[in-house]
Amino acid sequence: MSGRTITRADLSEAIYQEVGLSRNESAQLVEAVLQEIADALTRNEQVKISSFGSFAVRQKGERVGRNPKTGEEVPILPRRVLVFRPSHVLKGRINAGAAASRTRTA
Amino acid sequence: MTKSELIARLAERNPHLYQRDVERIVSTIFDEITEALARGDRVELRGFGAFSVKHREARTGRNPRTGETVQVEAKETPFFKTGKELRERLNAER
Repeated sequence: MSGRTITRADLSEAIYQEVGLSRNESAQLVEAVLQEIADALTRNEQVKISSFGSFAVRQKGERVGRNPKTGEEVPILPRRVLVFRPSHVLKGRINAGAAASRTRTA
Repeated sequence: MTKSELIARLAERNPHLYQRDVERIVSTIFDEITEALARGDRVELRGFGAFSVKHREARTGRNPRTGETVQVEAKETPFFKTGKELRERLNAER
């Protein structure tokens, strides 16, 4: 496991290399893709990316929580949360990758 | 919204790009994220969220239908944590 962190800059660099747009436009498109997904989710729409996974918004009801420091009971208000379900393809790729890096280090 | 609807929407907003290029842009993004996770890297997209890989230990599970015990092997599983800005946006219009 290498433990690096990939950011927007790496994604736009990949687009610059693969598609041949300018660096500036590549960066704008990474942003546009994330924005379209966020907009759809805000409209309560599910977003399904085949062979990657799906994002969906789930409505959570009110429940009683507790302040872990003081032990005091506090109501946790109803809210909308985002859940990501990875596809089987993604899960498979990750386990294949993990097995490969284990044999490399072994 | 599906991947092809996402591509169609982006193509509509960027009429100067070929549909083929928009497809490659979207695929490149998800391929890069997949490859990063397969290497065991994290992907952090501020405001949107972060993808990481979590290790799950081997455990003894049970088939809920038959009650039979089964050995579940250790595995790596992808995990997504929603970014602060997106989390707040989802709860803004209440």
